[in-house]
Amino acid sequence: MSTTVEAERPAEATESTWRTLRRGLALSPELKTGLAGTLGLALVYMIGRVAVPVAVQRGIDHGIVGGLDVDVVALTVVAAAAVLVVTTTCGYLMMRRLFTVSETALAGVRTRAFRHVHDLSMLHQQSERRGSLVSRVTSDVDQITQFLQWGGVILIVNLGQLVVTTAVMLAYSWQLTLVVLCAFAPAVLVIRLLQRRLGVAYGLVRQRMGTLLGTIGESVVGAPVIRAYGIAGRTARRLDTAIEGQRQAQQRAIRISIMGSSVGELAAGLALAGVVVVGVNLGVDRTLSIGQLTAFLFLVTLFIQPVQIATEVLNEAQNAIAGWRRVLDVLDVAPDVADPGRQGRDLPPGPLDIRFAGVTFAYPGGPPVLHDVTLDIPAKSRVAVVGETGSGKTTFAKLLTRLMDPTDGEVLLSGVSLRQVRFDSLRSRVVMVPQDGFLFDATVGENVRFARPELTDAQLTAAFSELGLADWLDGLPAGLDTPVGERGEALSVGERQLVALARAYVADPDLLVLDEATSAVDPATEVRLSRTLDAVTRGRTTLAIAHRLSTAQAADEVIVVDRGRVVQRGPHDELVKDPDSVYALLYASWLEQTR
Amino acid sequence: MRLTAGESVASGTSRDVLGRGLRVLGRAIREQPRIFAIAVAGSVLFGLMVIASAYVVGGVVGKVVVPAIARGSVATGTLALAAAALFGISVLRVVGIFGRRLGAGYMQYRLQAAYRRRVTRRYLDLPLAWHHRNATGTLLSNANSDVEAAWYPIAPLPFAVGTLVMLVGAVISLFLTDWALALVGLAVFPALFALNVVYSRRMAPRQARAQRLRAEVSGIAHESFDGALVVKTMGREAQETARFAARAGELRDALISVGKLRGVFDPMLETLPSLGTLAVLVVGAIRLRQGAITVTELVSVAFLFTVLAFPVRAIGWVLAELPRSVAGWDRVRRVLDATGEMPYGEVTLDPATPAPATLAFHDVHFGYEPAEAHLPGTEVLGEVTFTVPAGKTVALVGPTGAGKSTIASLAVRLVDPRTGTVTLDGVDVRDLTAASLAGNVALVAQIPFVFDDTVRANITLDRPGIGDDEVWAALRLAEADGFVAALPDGLDTMVGERGTSLSGGQRQRLTLARALAGRPRLLVLDDATSAVDPRVEAAILAGLRAPADRPSFGPERRPTAQRPNHGHSAAASILVVAYRRATIALADEVIYVEHGRVVARGTHPELLATVPGYADLVTAYEQAEQEREQPRPYDQVTPLTSGLEVEVDR
Repeated sequence: MSTTVEAERPAEATESTWRTLRRGLALSPELKTGLAGTLGLALVYMIGRVAVPVAVQRGIDHGIVGGLDVDVVALTVVAAAAVLVVTTTCGYLMMRRLFTVSETALAGVRTRAFRHVHDLSMLHQQSERRGSLVSRVTSDVDQITQFLQWGGVILIVNLGQLVVTTAVMLAYSWQLTLVVLCAFAPAVLVIRLLQRRLGVAYGLVRQRMGTLLGTIGESVVGAPVIRAYGIAGRTARRLDTAIEGQRQAQQRAIRISIMGSSVGELAAGLALAGVVVVGVNLGVDRTLSIGQLTAFLFLVTLFIQPVQIATEVLNEAQNAIAGWRRVLDVLDVAPDVADPGRQGRDLPPGPLDIRFAGVTFAYPGGPPVLHDVTLDIPAKSRVAVVGETGSGKTTFAKLLTRLMDPTDGEVLLSGVSLRQVRFDSLRSRVVMVPQDGFLFDATVGENVRFARPELTDAQLTAAFSELGLADWLDGLPAGLDTPVGERGEALSVGERQLVALARAYVADPDLLVLDEATSAVDPATEVRLSRTLDAVTRGRTTLAIAHRLSTAQAADEVIVVDRGRVVQRGPHDELVKDPDSVYALLYASWLEQTR
Repeated sequence: MRLTAGESVASGTSRDVLGRGLRVLGRAIREQPRIFAIAVAGSVLFGLMVIASAYVVGGVVGKVVVPAIARGSVATGTLALAAAALFGISVLRVVGIFGRRLGAGYMQYRLQAAYRRRVTRRYLDLPLAWHHRNATGTLLSNANSDVEAAWYPIAPLPFAVGTLVMLVGAVISLFLTDWALALVGLAVFPALFALNVVYSRRMAPRQARAQRLRAEVSGIAHESFDGALVVKTMGREAQETARFAARAGELRDALISVGKLRGVFDPMLETLPSLGTLAVLVVGAIRLRQGAITVTELVSVAFLFTVLAFPVRAIGWVLAELPRSVAGWDRVRRVLDATGEMPYGEVTLDPATPAPATLAFHDVHFGYEPAEAHLPGTEVLGEVTFTVPAGKTVALVGPTGAGKSTIASLAVRLVDPRTGTVTLDGVDVRDLTAASLAGNVALVAQIPFVFDDTVRANITLDRPGIGDDEVWAALRLAEADGFVAALPDGLDTMVGERGTSLSGGQRQRLTLARALAGRPRLLVLDDATSAVDPRVEAAILAGLRAPADRPSFGPERRPTAQRPNHGHSAAASILVVAYRRATIALADEVIYVEHGRVVARGTHPELLATVPGYADLVTAYEQAEQEREQPRPYDQVTPLTSGLEVEVDR
C-alpha cells in the first residue's frame, strides 16, 4: 500500500485535471447527455439562493423604511415564495438528472473496466498487483460516485452560488462588492495553501491506513505463527504502533482542515465589518439604500459557505479525479493478447496436433525464457514436458493456451496459427489445469460446472466416477453440494486440485494441458489419477508439465527442457539410456527422493 | 462478503435502532467525557454566537445604519463599535469551531484507536479454533470498517448537541423579542427538524443497501480477478462480466435512488428556512405597523432564520449514521464478547533441561466445529495414541486429508483435543505456561508465513538470546544463508508484505530457520521441506539428531560460558509429516494415519511389509513403473462423460 501511494504520485502529476476530464468524457459520452439542461436547471436553482436577500432589500426599501406599506411587503414576499417554489423544483430536477446520468455512465465504466481487466494478458494481470486491479473497479469508481453524490453537488451549487451572489452584489453596489472581495482575497490565498498541505496530510492518512490494514492482516492470517511462537506481546506492540500512527495522521489532517474553515469564518467577520463601515458612508452619500445595505449583510453569509467548504470539496474532487484517471489508465492498456473475433478462424474439428515453429519467448525486459523452439507433437499423443525449476517448461503451457504470445515464431494447432483462432473456439477446445486450482466460493458441483452450466448433477457424479474419484466425492459432508469456502479453503490443497481437474475434464477439451495439476495430492492418488486420465483422454492430445517424473514415465513421449531449449525428446526408456543426459540426471534425483 | 447492515436496518424497527444507537453514543460519551465536554462547549459557544450575530446584525441595521442614513451623518464611534462587534463575534465563532471540530475529531479518532486495540487484542487472545470459524475478510473488517462505522456519528454529535441548545436559545430569544415572530419560529424550526428526521430515516436503509451492494461488487471483483487464470483458460470472461454487471447495475440503481431522495430533500431543506425568513418579513411588517417591534428586531429575526438553517442539518447527520453505527457496533461487540480463550497453565518445564523432549498423545480425539449450523461437525481424529521418544525422529505418513496437519497442530497446542491428552515430558501441554510452550516446541507449517519486517526480525521474533550469530547459524542450517547474504541489506532487508519479495522455497527456508533459531526441544515439521532439496532436508534432520557432530552449526557460536546449554540445546525430538521416501527413511519410527486414526506404527521396512495401504502410498511410483512395463490394461477408448466407471483399484 505504501509503495502504491509513492508510485502513484509522479504519475498523477503528469496529467492535468482537465485532460483527465476530457478523456473521461470521451470515454463516457453519455455523461454529456442533457448536460446543458442540467446546468440550466442548476443555474435557476441558484437564483433561489438570492431570492431572500433581494426580497429583504425590496421589502425594506419600498415597504418598511420609506413609509410602512404592508401590501408591498406581502407582494414582494409572495413573489419571492413563488420564485422559491420554482427554483426548488428545478433543484430536484437537476439532481435527479445529474445522478441518473452520472451513475449510469459510471456503472458502464465499471463494467467495461472489469471486462478489460479479464481481457488483459496474464502477463499484465500478474505485473499489476492484483489488489490494485480490484480497486480500479471498486474503490476508484466508488470514489467518483461518492464524490458526485456529495462533493460534486456541493461544488456545482456553491460555485453557482458564488457567481449569482457576486452578480447581485455588483448590481447593488460595486464599492461594497470590492470590500467583500478584498476581505475574502487573503482567505482564498491562505486556503489554497492549506489545501495543498491538507492533500499531503490526507495522503499520509491513507498511507498509514494501508500500514494499519497490513498489520491487522498479519495478526489475523499469521495467527498460528503468533500462537506457536508465543509472540502475542510483540504483535500487540506492532499493532499499537500502527493504530497510533494512523490516529496521529488523522488528527494532523483535521487540524489543517479546521484552520481552513476558521480562515473563512474570519474573512466573513471582516467582510461584515467592512460592509457596515463602507456601506454607512455610502448610505450617507445617498449612493446606497438601507435595504441594499441590509441585503448585503445577508449576501455576505451566502459567500462564507462556499469558501469554507471549498478546502474539503476541492480535496475530494482531486481524489475523485485521481481515481478516474486510474480507471482510465487501465482501460487505456491495449490487451496484447487479443481475440481476433469475427476475422478469426475456428479450429478444425477432431483431435489437435501441435506445432511450435521457431518459438522464442521473453518476458518484457527480461532474457529469453525459450530459445527458437521448433517442435511437432502429433494428435492423440500424450506428452510430458520436464525440466528443472526455471527451465522454461511452464512457458510451453502458457503459449499453447495463448495466455501469452511468443516474442518470435508461431504456435499452431492443426495447422492454424493460434493468433488467428477465435477465443470461443480456442477456449472450448483447449483447456488447461493450472497448478493453483483456484475455486470459487460456491459448492463443489458449481465449481465443476463452471465452463458447462448445463450439466446435471448426475452427469457431474458420473464424471467424478470416471476419474476414479467417486469415493472421495462420497466422503464429502454434502457430496456435490459441499461448499468449498473462500478460494476453496475449506478443502485441502490436494482436494482443490481434484476439483480443478474434474472441472477441466467435464469441459471436454480436445487438447488438455496439465501444469503440475496434481502436485499436492498424495502419491497413491496421483498415480491412480494419472492412470484414469490416461484412459479417459484416449483419443485426445494431452500435454503435461510434470514435476514428478512418474508422469513422464507414463507418457508416450517426454520433452526435456533445459535453459529454454529442448535438449531431449523421446520415450522415457530411451532417454534414460544415456547416463549423462539431462533427463538421466533428473531421473536419478527423482529416484533418490522416492526410493 | 457477509454484510448485515442492510438486514439489521430492515429487521429492527427504526425506533429500536434509534434507542440502541443513542445507547452506543452514550457509551462513547462515558468513555471520553472530558473531550466530549470540550467539544460540546465549543459547539454551544458557536450556537450562541450564531444567535448573537443575528441580533448584532439587526442592531447594527436598526441602531446604526438607519439613523446614520436618516440623519445624513456618520457617528464614527458607534460605527467602529458596530464593526468591532461584528468581527468580535466572528472571532468567538472561530473559537467555538476549534473546540467543536477538534474535540469531535479527537474523540472519534481516540475511540477508533481504542476499539481497534481492543478488537485486535481479542484476536490475539482467542483460540485458533475461533479464528477458523471466522472468515479472514470478516475479521479484517471487524477491526477496520466496523469500528469506523460504530464511531462515525461521533463526528457530527457535538455539533448536533450544540444545535439543540441553539434552537432552544433561538426560541427563547424569539419569545423575548415578539410572540408573533416566535410563532413563526415555532412553525418553522420543528418543521425543519421533522424534515431532517424523515430524511435521515428514509435515507438510512438506502445507504445501507448501497453499502451492502458495494461490498458485493467488490467481492465479485476480488474473486473473479483472483481466479483470472481459470476464467481465461475456460473462456468465461463474458459470463463473469455478466455476473459483475448484474450486481454493478443493482448498485447503480441503489445509488440513483439515494440521489433522487437527496434531490427531494436537499432543496426542501434549503427552501424551508427561506420561506421562514419571508414569513418573518410579512409578519414583521404587520407587527411594525402595530408598533409592537422595531426595525432592529425585524432584521434580527430575519437574519436568525437565515443563519440557523445550516446547523440544523447536523442533527440529521447524526440520525442518518445511527443505523450504520449500530450495525458496526454489533459486529465489534461480537468479537469483544467472544469467549473460549485457551488459557495457559502454570507449569514451567525446567528451561535448563538440555535434552530433547518426549511428546506423547494419549487417546486423542479432535473435531472441528461446523462453520455453519446446518452442517454436521466432523470428527477429524479419533483414538490417536503415539509417542515421540526423546531425541527420536518420527515420521507421520498418510493420504491427503488423513489428519496429519491436525496432529501437528495438537502437538504444539495450536488447538486442544476434544478428549484425551497431549503431554510433553509427561506434563499435559494445557498445564504449561505460554512461554514454556513456545520455548520448548516449534512448528514449521506447510504454508510459510513471514511478517512484513526485516529478515532478522522474522527469525528472532524479538525472542531473547537470539543474536546475529544464532541467526546466521540457523540460516546456515536451513541452507538459507546463501540467499540472505546476497540480499541487498542482508539481515536488514525488508521482506515485504507476506514476504512477496522472496520465492516460495526461500520463504520456507526462512520459516525453518526461525524455528531452528529458538533451539526447540521438539520440532514439528508439517510437510515443511517440500520446497527444499532432499539432501538439505537430510542435513537438517541429521544436524538436529546428532548435536555432537554438527559441523554446519558450529564455528560462529558463542563460547560455552555464555550459553551454558548450547552444546545440547539444538538437539531435538522431531515429528515430521512427509510423503518423500527420502524423508521417511531418516525416521526412527513411522506412524501411518488413515481417516484420522493411527492404523499402524513401526519402522519403515516393517510397515512396508505388513501394511498394504502404507505400501501403496510410499511405493506408488515404483508400482506404476512396474505396471507400465506390463501390457497396458486398457487399450480401448473410454468415451468422456459416458457414465461408465473406470476400474482403477485392480
